[in-house]
Amino acid sequence: MDKHVLLVEDEVNIIEAMSFLLKREGWKVDTHSDGATAVSAIRDARPDLVVLDYMLPGKSGIAILTELRALPDFAALPVLMLTARGQLRDREEAERAGVNRFMTKPFSNTEVLNAVRDLVRV
Amino acid sequence: MIRDTLTGSRIRERRVIAGLKQADLARQIGISASYLNLIEHNRRRIGGKLLLNIAHVLGVEPSALTEGAEAALIASLREAANDVGKGVAEVERVEEFAGRFPGWAEVLAGAHRRVLSLERTVETLSDRLTHDPQLATSMHEVLSTAAAIRSTASILADDTNISPDWQARFHANIDQDSRRLADSAKALVTYLDANTEETGNASPQEEVDAFLDAQGHGFDGLEAGTQTVDAVLAGAPQLASVAAQHLARQVLGQIEADARAVSRDALAEALTETGMDPVALAQRFGVSVARILRRLAAQPDTQRGLVVSDRAGSLVFRRPVEGFSIPRFGACCPLWPLFQVLMHPGQVLRERVQQQGRRVATFDCFAVAEPVGPAQYNAPQLVHATMLILPVTAPDQSQPPGRPVGSTCRVCPREACAGRREPSILSVGF
Repeated sequence: MDKHVLLVEDEVNIIEAMSFLLKREGWKVDTHSDGATAVSAIRDARPDLVVLDYMLPGKSGIAILTELRALPDFAALPVLMLTARGQLRDREEAERAGVNRFMTKPFSNTEVLNAVRDLVRV
Repeated sequence: MIRDTLTGSRIRERRVIAGLKQADLARQIGISASYLNLIEHNRRRIGGKLLLNIAHVLGVEPSALTEGAEAALIASLREAANDVGKGVAEVERVEEFAGRFPGWAEVLAGAHRRVLSLERTVETLSDRLTHDPQLATSMHEVLSTAAAIRSTASILADDTNISPDWQARFHANIDQDSRRLADSAKALVTYLDANTEETGNASPQEEVDAFLDAQGHGFDGLEAGTQTVDAVLAGAPQLASVAAQHLARQVLGQIEADARAVSRDALAEALTETGMDPVALAQRFGVSVARILRRLAAQPDTQRGLVVSDRAGSLVFRRPVEGFSIPRFGACCPLWPLFQVLMHPGQVLRERVQQQGRRVATFDCFAVAEPVGPAQYNAPQLVHATMLILPVTAPDQSQPPGRPVGSTCRVCPREACAGRREPSILSVGF
């Protein structure tokens, strides 16, 4: 069965490019663009991996991740965070919230695919 | 190979511009139209006399057919491929890609150049980013758009089997994002320009610095005792924020107190006797060495810089002097004598330094750290370090050149430095 990734991102063309890439790699891809309802979307979808934008409308990626980690079923869910904020303190904040991998924009497709493969052994 | 490959496209382009049919040109240079067709479609190598003949008939220099923008295009495409980590085999196919799809190759190379340009902009502005939330939001917009372009362009470059529908869709996305990127970048520049025109200041400390710079660090009324600090502040509408007014009041109060303790005239007279000897001057006037350093910097018609730091390393006062770069944002070079004396309050350090950068300049520095604030029981002693910076215009070549120091790590070229906190942007293309 295909591995399932939920892409939580509000940039339409990033969604399109990454969906194409991940589908080409054999992933089942769902997308979600609203930060405020992201946690419930993740709970409903129960993906194998979440690719999460740092800055989202409605709720930040950090807040979403913090809520997610408080749910026992999602405490260990692999999360790859994408961000335009590359400061050390942003990275540390994400690590404190429980991120598995932190990647700054503009990233390369190879970096993303390698990270995804690392986080979910496929 | 690449030159040959692209020369065909260029011949075709020039022939069309000249209004010649393929058969006409072929006849004039004495080859068959079918052979010329192969050349124009980059399927036959060309050079020597045949190339000269074609150039002659088309009325162009031979180099116009063999050189030009292609080399830069290929270089850009190679860079783009390298940046996305492509293997050697695909990098070698870049010439074929540029030859067969010159238009899309230009789009991809242009997008890559734009990404590189934006990355440099990001590095340059990263210091400021932490100080300005509006700027941070704008940069997020720019970087996200750049990410979309980079990702999409990479798919187009990597996947030769992509369906026409997806190709069209991704090309449209790149076009859309390129426009958006241009708009975002333009808005960002407009914002930065406007910000500079209005105040240019991201913090109250910057407001004060700008105010002091505008006054030339000279306050004759305070020096002569004919003007109060309140009066000076009342005539300074550029100090917009309450915080800036508070900081400026402290600085002006210090200038006023220093002037009362050591007048300009008395200091000028003493200097003729002692020379540039801050310790002797402090003893003569019965004041602290830090006060003498401030007064020496405040002397009119002199080129002298002064920086004051608190114990945490933040600059609380800066009077620039030409050639000595004092960072506006971020931490200063930890090798400055200013920070060495923080460890030993009361010790006066005199040292010659050479500040490294695009232009190396030599300075004699005097530095001292002294307690500030009222004495308190069981409370940390607050300390300010003060450093006077005197340019050395004609260094004595027989003397040691001065200890090398930087401005801030970000723009310092000294790679092998134990004090380095972060890589220099000078090493990545600036």
